[in-house]
Amino acid sequence: MKTIKLLSLSLVATLLFSACSDDDDVVEVINEEEEITTMNVYLTPEGGQEFEAFSLTNLDGGVTDPVVTTSTLDANTSYTGRMEFLNENEEPVEDITEEVIEEDEEHQVFFIIGSGLDVSTEYLDSDANGNPLGVEFSLETGETSIGNLTFALIHEGDKEAGSDGILDESVGGETDIQYTFDVTVE
Amino acid sequence: MSKGFTLFYFLFISFFSFAQTCDLSISGQVIDLHDNTSLQGAVISIEGTNTVAYTDDNGRYELTELCRGELTIKVTHPFCESESKTIILKEDTELDFKLEHHLEELNEVLLKGKLYQEELNSSITQQLKVEDLETFSNASIGDALKTLGGVSSLNTGNSIVKPIINGLHSSRVLIINDNVRLHDQQWGEDHAPNVDINSAANITVIKGASALKYGGDAIGGTIVIEPQKAPLKDTLMGKTILTGATNGRGGTIATSLIKANLNGFNYRIQGSLKRLGDFEAPDYILSNTGQRENNISLGIGLNKIDYGIDFSYKLTDTEVGILRASHIGNITDLVLSINRQEPFRIDDFTYSLTSPKQEVTHQIFKLNAFKKLENIGEATLQYSFQNNDRKEFDVRRGELRNQAAMDMNLKTHTLLAQLEWTALDNFDSEFGVELNAQTNFPNPETGVRRLIPDYDMYSLGAFATTEYTLDRKWILDAGIRYDFSSIDAEKFYFESRWEQLNYDELFPQFETGRIENGQIFTTPSFDFHNVSATLGATHTFNNSWQLTTNFSTASRAPNPSELFSDGLHHSLARIELGELQIDSEQSFKIGAELSGSINNFGFNIQPYYNYVNDFIILEPSGTDTTIRGAFPVWQYRQSDSRLFGIDASLSYAYENFDLVSNLAYVNGQDLEQDLPIINMPPFNISNTLTYKKNEWNNFFLSLNSQLITEQNRFPDNNFEVRIINRTTGDFEDELLDISTPPPAYHLLNLKSGMIFQWGEKKLSVNILVNNIFNTSYRSYLNALRFYADEVGTNAMLQLKLNY
Repeated sequence: MKTIKLLSLSLVATLLFSACSDDDDVVEVINEEEEITTMNVYLTPEGGQEFEAFSLTNLDGGVTDPVVTTSTLDANTSYTGRMEFLNENEEPVEDITEEVIEEDEEHQVFFIIGSGLDVSTEYLDSDANGNPLGVEFSLETGETSIGNLTFALIHEGDKEAGSDGILDESVGGETDIQYTFDVTVE
Repeated sequence: MSKGFTLFYFLFISFFSFAQTCDLSISGQVIDLHDNTSLQGAVISIEGTNTVAYTDDNGRYELTELCRGELTIKVTHPFCESESKTIILKEDTELDFKLEHHLEELNEVLLKGKLYQEELNSSITQQLKVEDLETFSNASIGDALKTLGGVSSLNTGNSIVKPIINGLHSSRVLIINDNVRLHDQQWGEDHAPNVDINSAANITVIKGASALKYGGDAIGGTIVIEPQKAPLKDTLMGKTILTGATNGRGGTIATSLIKANLNGFNYRIQGSLKRLGDFEAPDYILSNTGQRENNISLGIGLNKIDYGIDFSYKLTDTEVGILRASHIGNITDLVLSINRQEPFRIDDFTYSLTSPKQEVTHQIFKLNAFKKLENIGEATLQYSFQNNDRKEFDVRRGELRNQAAMDMNLKTHTLLAQLEWTALDNFDSEFGVELNAQTNFPNPETGVRRLIPDYDMYSLGAFATTEYTLDRKWILDAGIRYDFSSIDAEKFYFESRWEQLNYDELFPQFETGRIENGQIFTTPSFDFHNVSATLGATHTFNNSWQLTTNFSTASRAPNPSELFSDGLHHSLARIELGELQIDSEQSFKIGAELSGSINNFGFNIQPYYNYVNDFIILEPSGTDTTIRGAFPVWQYRQSDSRLFGIDASLSYAYENFDLVSNLAYVNGQDLEQDLPIINMPPFNISNTLTYKKNEWNNFFLSLNSQLITEQNRFPDNNFEVRIINRTTGDFEDELLDISTPPPAYHLLNLKSGMIFQWGEKKLSVNILVNNIFNTSYRSYLNALRFYADEVGTNAMLQLKLNY
C-alpha cells in the first residue's frame, strides 16, 4: 500500500516537473527601446557648415564612462543649433528626437550657462501652446571665455514655469538627460 | 434529586454489587474524532449505575469492579456530542471512544482555527481574529498586522504595505494563505502580498522559524492566513461588509456566502471590490495614489471528519497608483525633491490612475485531500498552482507610453504530502515532503532590460516535527527540515558589467558564447542545500502563567533579486546590482514568551535574540555615470549580523473599561562593519482605551494612541554629489541625505460601533477615524518618504451584515 502511494506520488511529481520545463524557448535579447544612449549637439555658424559641436554617448547604462567629445567655439559668432537624441542600441538606430518633437508639450531642453562662459542661447521652436521646446535654438558667443555648458532634457515638467528657459524648482519634472560640457570660446 | 436519595442509591448499588463476582474492568482512550487528540476530562459512566470514571491527560480511563453482563457505557464531554455503547461484558475489555465535537463547538474550532494553534507548539505567536480583520476591510493585510506588537510594515506609499516581523521582511517572511505558501515575487520591497484581507478569518503571526512545516527559510517569521471554513451543519451563512472612506473618497464592498450541509458537502464564495481615488495628506493631494482591487475566491469541498477533499480558487486583481512625484530621472531630481519638502506634482483629485503604477493579478488553484488513518493519524495530500502576473508601468514616452516597463509571470506548482502521526502516547508528530517547480518569464516586449531574468527553479523540502507532552506542566517540541533548491537562469549581462564584476573569471562556465549588441548571454545555475531546525519547551506554572522558550535555526537561499537584479530603481534614484557569489544566510534565533495575569492585569512579554550568519544586505558600493547623470550603485553583500528586541503587551480591565498597551523595540547591527542595519522599525508604543456597554447594543468606543519614535540607529549612506546648480550653471557639492530618519510622531485613532440583532440577522455599524488631528508626518519605513507626507485624517463608516 505504502509503496504504491509513494510510486504514484513520484509519478505525479515527475509529470509535474516535466510539464513545466520549457527550455526550448530562446531568450531574446532586450535593447532598451526608449533609452537615450546618445546626445549630439550640432551647430551651424552663420554662413558656414554644420558640425557636431558636442556629443555624449553611453551604450551600457553607465557601467563604463560615457564617451564625450567637445569642440572649441569661435568668439563673437552666431550659431544656429539643433539637438539630436539617439538610441544606438536599436537596430537600425532609433531617432528619439522625433518622439521629443511629437510630444513637444511634455518635453523641454534647457541650456544652462555657467558663470564665466560668455555665451547666450535662445529658443527657435515652440510647442502647440507656444512654450519653448529647444530642439532648435540659437547660440551666440561673446568674448574669449571658458566655462560650463549644461544641456538638460526635462520630461513632464511644468512648461509654463519653464517658458523663461530657467530650470528652477518650479519646473519639476524628471530628467531624461543632463550633461555638462567644458566649453572654450576663443 | 435529594442528597439522601443519592446516598441511598449508592449504598443499594454497592450492596447489589457484592452479590455477584464483580472484578472486571473496562479501560481505553477517548479521542477527539476531529483532530485525533486525546480528550481529557471526559466522563465515562455506566447507565443505570453510579460507576463513573474521568479521562486523564492522555484521554485514558479505567472503570473497575464491574460485573458480568450487559451494560451501556455513556461517554460525555463538555465540548462533545455524547456517545453510548452497549456491550456484553465477559472479561476485562479495552474500549476506545471517538467523540465528535458539539456542532457549535466544532464550528467554533473550525472557524477560529483554534485547532491550528495547538500545532504551533512552542512558537512565539500572535493572532488576529475575524473581528479585528473586518475593521481593515478597506485597507490591507499589512495594515491589519501592524496592530500586533513586534509587527510593522515597509510601505511604498500608503497602499503597498509589506509586513515586517521583528525587523525582517520580504523573502524572510513566509506568507501562507489557506495552507499555500505564497509565491508572488515576494522578494521585492515594493511588492505587497497578494492576499485579500476580506478572505481571511484568522491570521497567526509566528515570530521566527519554528513553523517548519511551512518552510525552513523563515528568518523573520511566518504569517498564516486562514479563510472562513464551512461548518458541519445544514446552513447558509452570509456576510457583507460595506466601507466608505473620506480619504481616497471611495470604499470597499466585501461579501461572502457559505453553504454547508450536515453531510459534509459545502461550497463557498467570497469576493470584494475596492475603489479608491487619490489619497490626501494634510496639506495636499497625493496625486496618483488611487487603487482598484477585484478579488474573488471560490471553494467546494466534502468534509467527512475522518476524510475529506476540497478544491479552491482564489484571484486577486490589483491596480495601484504610485505617487507621481516619486518617479524621478536623476540625482538632481532627488536632491530637489528632498529640498522641496512637498511633491512636485500636485494635481486635482481624481479616481483615474496613470503611470507609474502596478497591475498585479495572482491566482491560486488548490486541491487538498485528507484521510484519518486508524491508529496512525492523519494523512494530507495537496497540490497547488499559483500564477502571478505583475506589470509595472513607468513614465515613458512615445508608443511605449502604455507598455509596461516590467512584465513578469511567475508560475509555481507545489505538491505537499503530510502525515500527522499520533499513535505514540504523548507524542504528536508530523512528517512531510514538499516539491516545488517554478518558472519565471519576463516579457521581452517591455523594451526594458529584465530586472529579474528567466529562470526555472526546482526545490524539495522534507521535515519532521514532534511534540511531546511530558506532564501537565511541560510540553517539549523539536523539528528538523531539509531543503534543496536548484535554480537555472538565463540572463543577458552587458559585457562591460560582466567583466567589471569579474564574472568572466569567476563564472566562465556560465558563458554561452552568444553576444548580441554588447550583451552577453549567460546561464547561471546554482544549487543550494539548507537545513533548519527548532527546539522548544512550554511550561505552565501553578498560577497558570506560561513560559515558552524556543530556539530555531533557519537557512535561506538567496532569492533571484539578490542574485540577479540589474537596473535602475526609479523612486530611489539608484542602480541595484545582484551578486552571483551570494550564498545562503543562516539565522539562529532564541525567543521566549512569558504570559499570565494577576487579577485584572494581564501581560505578555516576548524577548528575542537573532544572530544571522551571512545576512544578505544591500548597500552602496560606488557610482555609475549614465546619460542622466551619476547614480549611486547599491550592491548585495553578506555580513554576519544580529538583531535583538522585545515585544510586550499589557492589559488592564476595570468595570466597563479596558486598557491595552503594546510596545516593540528592535535593534539590528551588522557585526562585520559594526553598523546599524537599515530600515529597522523604531521603538513604538500603542495604547488603546476601550469602553464597552453590552446593554446598549454592544456599544463600544475605543481610543488608540500611537507613538512612533525617531529611529536613531541607522547606517549613514549619505553621499556627496557634485551637481550642477541649474540657476548659476556651476557645479556645487551637495550632501544627499537619504539616511536620516524622519522625526517621531504621534497619532490618535478612534473606533466606535454598535450591533443590532433581529432573529438570525445581525447588523454592525462601526465608525473609524484614523489620524484624528490630521497630523503631518513621514515614516522611516516608507520608501516614498523623500517625496510626500503620509495620509491625513481618514474617517470611515462601516456596515456589516451577517445573515
